[in-house]
Amino acid sequence: MKLEYDLVIIGGGPAGLAVALEAKRNSVKDILLLERDKYLGGILPQCIHNGFGLQYFKEELTGPEYAERFIAKLNDNQIDIKTETMVIEVTTNKRIIAINRDDGLLHIQAKVIVLAMGCRERTREAIAIPGSRPAGIFTAGTAQRYINIEGYIPGREVVVLGSGDIGMIMARRMTLEGAKVKAVLEIMPFSTGLIRNKVQCLDDFNIPLKFNHTITRIEGGKRVEKVAVAQVDKNLQAIPETEEEISCDTILLSVGLIPENELTREAGIKLDPVTRGPIVNENRETEVEGIFACGNVLHVHDLADFVSEEGEIVGRAVSEYLKRNRKFRPQSIKIVPGDNIAYVVPQHIDFNVPGRKKIKIFMRVKKPAERVRINLLDDKGRVLGSYKKRIVTPGEMVSVYLPEVLLDDKLKNITISIKRD
Amino acid sequence: MKADIVIIGGGVIGASIARELSRYILNVILIEKEDDVSMGTSKGNSGIIHAGYNADFRTLKGRLNIESNPRFDKLCQDLKVRFKRIGSLVVGFTEEDLKRLRELKKNGEKNGLENLEIITGNKLFELEPNLNPQAKYALYAPTAGIISPYKLTIALADNAVINGVKVLLETEAKDIRIEKRRVCGVLTSKGLIETKVIINAAGLHADEIAKTVWDDFKIKPFKGEYQLFDKQWGNLVNHILFPIPTKLSKGILVTPTIHNNLLIGPNSYQVEEKDDPATTKAGTQEVYEGARKLIPHLPHQDLINSFVGLRADIEGRDDFIIGASKKIRGFINVAGIESPGLSSAPAIAEMVSGILKEVVKEISPQLELNHKDDFIETLADQPKFADYLDKTSKWQEIVEKDADYGEIICRCEKVSKGEVLRAIHQPVPARSLDAIKRRVRAGMGRCQGGFCSPRVLKILSEELKISPLRITKKGPGSEVLKTKTKDMIKETGVKFKDEVRV
Repeated sequence: MKLEYDLVIIGGGPAGLAVALEAKRNSVKDILLLERDKYLGGILPQCIHNGFGLQYFKEELTGPEYAERFIAKLNDNQIDIKTETMVIEVTTNKRIIAINRDDGLLHIQAKVIVLAMGCRERTREAIAIPGSRPAGIFTAGTAQRYINIEGYIPGREVVVLGSGDIGMIMARRMTLEGAKVKAVLEIMPFSTGLIRNKVQCLDDFNIPLKFNHTITRIEGGKRVEKVAVAQVDKNLQAIPETEEEISCDTILLSVGLIPENELTREAGIKLDPVTRGPIVNENRETEVEGIFACGNVLHVHDLADFVSEEGEIVGRAVSEYLKRNRKFRPQSIKIVPGDNIAYVVPQHIDFNVPGRKKIKIFMRVKKPAERVRINLLDDKGRVLGSYKKRIVTPGEMVSVYLPEVLLDDKLKNITISIKRD
Repeated sequence: MKADIVIIGGGVIGASIARELSRYILNVILIEKEDDVSMGTSKGNSGIIHAGYNADFRTLKGRLNIESNPRFDKLCQDLKVRFKRIGSLVVGFTEEDLKRLRELKKNGEKNGLENLEIITGNKLFELEPNLNPQAKYALYAPTAGIISPYKLTIALADNAVINGVKVLLETEAKDIRIEKRRVCGVLTSKGLIETKVIINAAGLHADEIAKTVWDDFKIKPFKGEYQLFDKQWGNLVNHILFPIPTKLSKGILVTPTIHNNLLIGPNSYQVEEKDDPATTKAGTQEVYEGARKLIPHLPHQDLINSFVGLRADIEGRDDFIIGASKKIRGFINVAGIESPGLSSAPAIAEMVSGILKEVVKEISPQLELNHKDDFIETLADQPKFADYLDKTSKWQEIVEKDADYGEIICRCEKVSKGEVLRAIHQPVPARSLDAIKRRVRAGMGRCQGGFCSPRVLKILSEELKISPLRITKKGPGSEVLKTKTKDMIKETGVKFKDEVRV
């Protein structure tokens, strides 16, 4: 078996698939795609709802259909694929150790590694809900797998904690299966998922969404019996007088996603404490040259479509890297999150690219705001660029274009801030 | 069903006694009401083998702890249970604390511990660089160690089964049958077991069992809450760190676990309920703040699990109860085994074996306690992928023999399918997700089973040849899944508007 590749991609979800195809299109020849599950597509095969592809393909697809578009092309392209293969170690000199049933342990040497491992769901402990530890507590994605892949429903009477997209989608899915979704609780005063999901998954099915509410206690011996629910104050602390009990046998958690960067961290690659993904330049290259990252392993995206887009950036960048076709700027420009900005990606800009007109910068805001300007400021606080937005919310990623002409050689930092217009 | 001896309770004490008695030619049955051994206090505790300076040597607690501590090396080697003597530090901040540390040291020395040392100044921070800079003194006990209490319990029970003990799970003692002031049987949820000797190792419920033979004591549990952090924090401390102990408890400790997670806790308060596994908000804060007094820079995130342990404290008594009932012959109590119960388990088992010999002499002289010639002291080594990450060529050989060891089921703890299958077929078999988790750690990691639980559930269902609907988290009543898709909607008859297609 072949153990040396120009490009090894870890993860066969939307990010990894897009990297593979785009790299191939840009004449990278020697590609291996590693996937731990039985099939490619990452989480997409269990996302049987529609809403995928509106941006990328300009048509509405289900998750499996969206994945299939990529997988079909991949098969034409003779990219080496190993499924049911778990990567257990990555090193900065680009060695990979992986394991599967047929080959046992694989020691692979790559010229370029792309990290595309996606993310995992935050658990009950990540938000420290007190109470007992019965059966019936699931992250929304795990419940989704039980229903859509395994064919079993994990509950009859459900309370969903968190208004993340998967939580709202699962509230609908459980309802369609005949379960009673008693409430979706959101600790913040706004939805953390997409507005379209609130409308299509909750409002259309009369599922109550309670803002400023959280679960304060889980009760039940062997199985969940009920939850105590309370309103929270401005500091997100439960107000005891408002506590009420809701009987249910199941709790679904949709309380956020965490980029899955154990391999990255163990390799010694530097992570951004806010995104919990690697720190990258505009090519999505980590601080280790030739190791790239994209998709939800880098930062959590709202839509698979955006992940695919980011995969393509990396696919092209890998090609440039292998051709040694890159020119560094005299100094790297740091993109710094300013007022009401939680994080930005990329975190720095390293290259001079002839013909490049603009660089797309992605960011998430901390708090919702209306009628704002997103300002790009230089080291001295001068406004380099300014963009009007009618509404920004943490549930929806914001992007702006940074015009290349603004990138002066002496520029060290660009701060991005949100201001009321 | 008949047995020479019935042990009630499959905690670390019941399992230790079972293993000890399996050395003899005896028909021993251990009954456990839950779906696995180690389901009570033995699963929720600090996992510390104490050095033995705390308790008074004249108490059972003091003596049995001291006697047991040196035995853990061989016991764990035999049973292939991980055990590390990382040493403990009781940390003091004031002159007053120093006085208490000196008292503890003196008590330890009275108990026969020779290597206790009071450490001051720089050396303290060489040992523990992340310790609160205001700490001034510490009592260092190098023989204290860390262990997984449930792994030990399961291994003891496995070894007992290999040596002929029957372990009956989901079998609850309902009543003790007595004739002429002698034990003649135990009625269980699965039927009657005739026996002349009963050993009551029922943990939190030992008082209820003892009441059936008119032995009167009351267990009022002390609850303690714990928090477990991701493995990336396991190196934050090098030793087991204790605050100055109070009369009631050894205080909120900070320690690496044997699996290199970081563990903090417990707080300690008395509760009425014996089955109260609930963590509380106040407790969570108390534990965190308490631990921060020792290690100010605790992680803010990466909490992967919180749990509760209940200590079987006997009201009005500060020692274990180990002895034959004075009222009914053939009944032995091993009760109130709170801290340092885990640390005392080997010597407790031996003590019970001694008591048993006396009891047997009295009630059935014809029953002799003869050693087996073929007692198997050790468990076979069970390779785990997580232990082979730096010797992958060795694991390659294992995968080549059995491909199941090449299929990784749990990404966080790096557990292969082969290990899961082994857990389902070991002497005390795993039947539930939690039982698998305790044996092979699938689901014990940072994603808390988000990834592996559907996979483990499927393996359990295939291997046991039962419907996935019958697979539980922790025994009957905790089934994970409710119905097949499409079945519930048929039951409820809910219809949706035309534009929504089901």
